[in-house]
Amino acid sequence: MAEYSGVMVHAEVAEGKLATIATELLGCGRGLADNLGEELSAVIIGSGVSSLAQEAFAFGADKVYIVDDVLLQDYQTDAYVPVMEKVVRQAMPRILLVGQTSIGRDLAPRLAFRLETAATMDCIELAIDPGSKRLLRTKPVYGGNARAVFTSELDPQIATVRTKVMTPLEPDTSRKGEVVTVEAGMDSSTVRTRVLEKVKQEVEGISLEAAEVVVSGGRGMGSAEGFKQLEELAGLLKGAVGASRPPCDNNWVPDVRQVGLTGKIVAPDLYIAVALSGSSQHMAGCSGCKNIVAINKDPEANIFREARFGVVGDWKKVLPALTEKVRELMSG
Amino acid sequence: MTVNIIVCVKQVIDPEAPPSSFKVDEAGKKVVPPSGVPPVISPFDENAVEAALRVKDAQGGKITVLSMGVNLLREVVKKPLSMGADEIVLLEDEAFTDGDSWSNARALAMAVKKIGEYDLIFCGRQAADWDDGQVGSGIAEILELPCVTVARKIDVANGKAVVERVTADGYEVIEVSLPALITVSNELGEARYPTIKGIMAAKKIEPLVWTPADIGLEPAQAGAAGRKMNLEKLYQPVHEGKCEIIEGESPEEAGVNLALKLREAKLL
Ligand SMILES: Cc1cc2nc3c(=O)[nH]c(=O)nc-3n(C[C@H](O)[C@H](O)[C@H](O)COP(=O)(O)OP(=O)(O)OC[C@H]3O[C@@H](n4cnc5c(N)ncnc54)[C@H](O)[C@@H]3O)c2cc1C
Ligand SMILES: Nc1ncnc2c1ncn2[C@@H]1O[C@H](COP(=O)(O)O)[C@@H](O)[C@H]1O
Repeated sequence: MAEYSGVMVHAEVAEGKLATIATELLGCGRGLADNLGEELSAVIIGSGVSSLAQEAFAFGADKVYIVDDVLLQDYQTDAYVPVMEKVVRQAMPRILLVGQTSIGRDLAPRLAFRLETAATMDCIELAIDPGSKRLLRTKPVYGGNARAVFTSELDPQIATVRTKVMTPLEPDTSRKGEVVTVEAGMDSSTVRTRVLEKVKQEVEGISLEAAEVVVSGGRGMGSAEGFKQLEELAGLLKGAVGASRPPCDNNWVPDVRQVGLTGKIVAPDLYIAVALSGSSQHMAGCSGCKNIVAINKDPEANIFREARFGVVGDWKKVLPALTEKVRELMSG
Repeated sequence: MTVNIIVCVKQVIDPEAPPSSFKVDEAGKKVVPPSGVPPVISPFDENAVEAALRVKDAQGGKITVLSMGVNLLREVVKKPLSMGADEIVLLEDEAFTDGDSWSNARALAMAVKKIGEYDLIFCGRQAADWDDGQVGSGIAEILELPCVTVARKIDVANGKAVVERVTADGYEVIEVSLPALITVSNELGEARYPTIKGIMAAKKIEPLVWTPADIGLEPAQAGAAGRKMNLEKLYQPVHEGKCEIIEGESPEEAGVNLALKLREAKLL
């Protein structure tokens, strides 16, 4: 029987290009593969995706498996899991990395159960154990209050990786590699779901993930009106508005604004947190930011354990003054 | 069509307890339950119960609660009954201790098989202890069911469910044939409060308690023995951050001083 070898990355596609997470996984996977002295491969699944192989090479892959089929246009569990199963059985990677994204969260566990192996979700650190050569998978648990390191004796070792924690390589367009085309061999009658509609909840302005400044509000904002004031400050700073979960649950802001463990992961230069307590689950979404600024009336709030600068006070008084001074400084 | 639903709920340490009360026993690789903070049903599982109640309100049917663990507090795991669920099955035995997603999904799937009649199985999108989000997909794989994860709305009609699945920039509407497993997220909306009538009714419902043998599960597949994942280390990350508190004569002045500080730190 063939041995498991090498590192494989599920390279997600977004809007006809490799998704950012795919480049992050390739960067991380390259390091692991070099450590093992083995190959790094990528799997690209979708419809009309063949041309993306070169991009994967540029970001570090040695080999790219392409599964291109019109039936794979949309992600559906019943379609993608068998395709991934087929590629994994053919390529036999020792390690398989998947993004902790809307797709990866669904794909990785089901695939792991199908392959009778174990997946570790939402890893923020991956390393090869120098002794056993097994993958050390570090993941936050208990909402970020603790971290756990897992290993498994089973191959392939599957891990999903949190967005924005791994660094892509500088793309090198001269890098070349081998393209392997795999037939999807889909039988559409085995797909027990149908995508009826995709709904985008449009939010104005700069996207949260891309913003260099994020101004987030929490339960203490009290209303949708409160968030208007955050938008004003975010506008001045050319940033985006985020939120903890309660403002989303209360419909003060759309759900897509949520930052945190089960929301968006952001890594801006500046994160201004207003009237949110800094729960571990919220901080999971912004802990990569070195410059967290807190405004909270409770000096004991957890956010002050995480922040670089803070003001203890009522946001209704602090925020308008801050915004006015920022306006003055930015125009002067 | 009336709909039979099984809802999987897990008892966990209250995730809303203040982070400062959180303690880890590193040698034992265990979390020390904070004293004086009672456990709760994992919050997304409460959303799953709410989802089941909404289907029952619309269609009629029966809701069976399924919970696995040790030292399950009856007042905690019976909460869904006081919200309106009908029956409860507990997998309660020392053998179920320290499982991972594999052992947990396997045991729950065996229990589902024994319960027998169901159109839908609801789980939370992830449990608030290990934040894994695997058990729902695992149960579905073992039972060969279709699965839709991270749902924010579920409508049942004509032997199918139409599910709104949360995505990064909105949601997608997915139709799935039944029986199916669906994992539920908070976007579905808050769980209802137990009513007095519900609490009285729940008192009268005796849980069925099953051991591994009752569901035909080999002891080697239950709990710690059935793991595929080894926990090597459990620790608390250190907070090296030291917050500089910006003062002022008034809150307004503090706001102005904060702006000046941000400029000084080249953050503006
Ligand atoms: C599994 C799981 C996943 C979760 N995922 C997420 C997630 O992705 N993102 C997320 O955010 N949460 C998440 N949560 C919820 C999380 O546990 C907290 O409940 C939530 O983050 C609290 O939001 P908050 O800080 O806005 O509210 P609170 O904790 O209620 O804090 C409100 C704060 O506002 C302050 N305040 C009130 N009024 C004023 C005022 N006038 N001026 C100044 N300050 C004021 C108060 O002092 C307080 O500190 C998750 C929970 C679980 C269990
Ligand atoms: N011990 C358990 N008892 C009942 N349900 C569980 C248990 N463990 C997990 N689940 C269900 O599976 C979901 C996902 O759990 P997990 O994969 O551990 O994050 C939970 O939200 C529950 O609905």
